[in-house]
This record gives sequence, structure tokens and C-alpha cells, in this order.
Amino acid sequence: MSAIRYEAPQSVAQAVGLMAADPGASIIAGGTDLLVQFRGGVKRPSAFIDVKRIPELTSITLDASGLRLGAATPAAEICEHAEIRRLWPGLVEAVHLIGSTQIQGRGTVGGNLCNASPAADTTCALIVSRAHCVIAGTRGERTVAVEDFCTGPGKTLLQPGELLVALRLPRPGPRTADAYLRLIPRTEMDIAVAGAGVSLTLDARGTCTDARVAIGAVSPTALLVPAAAEALIGTSVDRAAVARAAEAASAAARPIDDKRGTIAYRRKVVGVLTSRAVTIAVDRVKGR
Amino acid sequence: MDTIRVQTTINGEAVEFLCEGHETLLTALRDRVGLTGTKEGCATGDCGACSVIMSERLVPSCLVLAPEAEGRTITTIEGIANGSGLHPLQQAFLTHSALQCGVCTPGFIVAGKALLDANPNPTETEVRYWLAGNLCRCTGYDKIIRAVLDAADHMRRSQA
Repeated sequence: MSAIRYEAPQSVAQAVGLMAADPGASIIAGGTDLLVQFRGGVKRPSAFIDVKRIPELTSITLDASGLRLGAATPAAEICEHAEIRRLWPGLVEAVHLIGSTQIQGRGTVGGNLCNASPAADTTCALIVSRAHCVIAGTRGERTVAVEDFCTGPGKTLLQPGELLVALRLPRPGPRTADAYLRLIPRTEMDIAVAGAGVSLTLDARGTCTDARVAIGAVSPTALLVPAAAEALIGTSVDRAAVARAAEAASAAARPIDDKRGTIAYRRKVVGVLTSRAVTIAVDRVKGR
Repeated sequence: MDTIRVQTTINGEAVEFLCEGHETLLTALRDRVGLTGTKEGCATGDCGACSVIMSERLVPSCLVLAPEAEGRTITTIEGIANGSGLHPLQQAFLTHSALQCGVCTPGFIVAGKALLDANPNPTETEVRYWLAGNLCRCTGYDKIIRAVLDAADHMRRSQA
């Protein structure tokens, strides 16, 4: 058994070069999924490429245009950022649900996305906030909408030699708020049975002018549900509109039966979570 | 050779060790550096027994690669006491009998210290959520929570 190399590139170009030169190499960010898979014999990379020494991957910048989250920023750093908490409370809710304090000190939002679990808590929150993924490769940089990034359980559209560098989120407009809810049978330290993220904008009279709804753990990838958003836009987000959004979320779900829940249960619960997340987002807009 | 030389700071002292690229910080601490206070529980990041503070963040050392320690600052259970004087958390764990077999205890104390460094006046709920990733299979959690709250109280009063 040959030794596994460890590399700590200092720049994106170096990291891309290392990835392109060795198809068996694996990026390590927080390692909270990768090292568990390695220990379990699921993955055996030829090299660990540690991207946490690259400033572009570990920095957070927030300006008038929006937020840029380095892909290897630990979850804890996002949760501690007062302005992110204020502008994206739903995203912070999702990030804060990942594992324990220790896991949040290691695990990264980019890693959560690249691990491509259908139940990843951050993915729905990123989708509703119109996040885009900045991807570097040997042929330069490209940008894709976060809802297109995961292509199936454990699968992403990253090509060999490509690296997720950052996530970009446009700054939310006035009277806009997000929320994320998931269901687990315990209070902490579990994987979502179902999850729902919502971001919506109300005008001064309380009419919904924009909305995004995404659901997780109920299909091979987190899903953007345009029909749920359409049920809200143009309404005062009254009970009937919320019920229609919930129905649309349930209808869009394509869950599986497993130890965490049945198809019927997940389909029902994702609708309930959607309606509750809508209500929380509305309350947040009105509280601002 | 593929062995990697790592220079780091552990409990305030410059430390150098050799390791393999896939080795964890937990293994390096125990088997290369001889600091066996940090315990291996699950080795999959679920139990918190191997908690250390690396560059001011509480992390599970089983999910850190040993070469990542290069240039970082690490605090393990061995660095919590002030010489022969116990840290208030350690004293509170004794006073409250907040341990039985002791395997989880270093992780709880390191995690507790990271909490009190960040938040000297936590509520019981905050302590319980902060320590949700530390598992104890014998004492139960109540004595541990009381010990952390008591240590926090003691530390605040001695600062006043």
C-alpha cells in the first residue's frame, strides 16, 4: 500500500495544478465527511489536497453587492458573523444545524455542498438565497447556480481537476428574509428526515413580490420548487397561499423509504416544514 | 521517505514530530508526541472524546490530519491545568463527581474551556447545546452540566 501524500497549496492555481496532475487526489476542507469515508474504507485518495491555506478559500467578504464565502470557511465562523446572521438568518440556521460544536469548528459550507448529501442542511438555504458556486479549473473559472451543482447523492458537476472556490450570494433586497427548518427525531446531532428553505420579499403593503422555496432530503438532490414560490407571489401570504405552497412542496418531493422516514411521511412533513418556514420568513420581514 | 515533518505549538511549547500524510492529529498527539490525555472514542467525529482546541477553534482531533498542525497552536487536556494547580473546570468535575470511567472527561473539559473562553456566562441551555457533541456513557450529563456552570460561576467571581 503506497503512502498517501499530503499537500497544502497556497493558491488556487497550485491546488488546481495538483488536482489536474493526480486524478486520485482528493480535496480536504474540514474533513468531517472525507475522513470518515476514508476511515470506513469508502474512499482511498492518493493524496489529500488541503485547501485551508489558500486565503481565497478561507475568507468571508461582505459588501454592497453581497457575500462571498470562501468554500473552506468553517461553519462556526459563518455562525459568529453578526452581519451574516442579520442578513441571512435562514442560512445561519441551516449552518448551525450541522453536527456538533466540534464538527462546526471543522466542517465547511463548501464541503457540505461537495459531499452532495441529499439531506445537506445548507443546500436548501443556499438555493433560496440565489447562491452561485465559483469553480476553478485548468481552463479558468466558471460559475454555476447552486441548485445545479449537485447531480445526485454524492455526485456534483465538478470535473476532474476542478475545485469549488467560493459561494457568492447577492445581498438581499429590502423587506426580504429567509428561514430554514428541518425535521429530526431528536433535538441535536442528526440527519434531516426532510428540510425546507424559504426566502421571500414583501412590499410595503405586505404583498409577496418575490419568493424562493427549496426542499431537502426528499429527492436525490435538494430541489428548487418554483411552483411553491408561485403560490406565494402576488398574495398577502395568507393561509390559503401558504397551504398551496406547502402542497406544491409535497407534490415536488420524490422521497425514498429508509430508516429515517417513509415516502408518505416525508412527503407530508416537507409540506408542513415549508408552511412553517414561510411563516417564519414573513415574521422576519415584518419584524425588520 | 514519505514521512512528513511537522512543526507546531502544543500547550505553549514548540513541538516537532514526524507523521504520515493520512495520519490524524489524534494519533500523532498520542503516539508521536506522547500526549495520551486526548482519548479516541469513535474516531468518526461523533463522540467528542478527542476534542482539542486548534487555532482557537474546538475541533475533533480524529478528523484533523496530523500535517495540518503545521504552524498552528494546539491546546490539549494536558495544557488546561496551570502547572500543578487544577483549572476551575477540572476542580468542578471532581467536586461534582462528573466522571466515572473518565474516557470522555478530557473532551468535556477541553470543550468546556472553549465554551467559557468564548462565553464566560453561559445559560444551562447554551452549555447543553455546546456539549451536545460530547458523549458520556456512564455518568449521565447532569453532573457534567452542573460542573461546567459551577466552574463558570467560580471563574467569573474570581475575575471580579
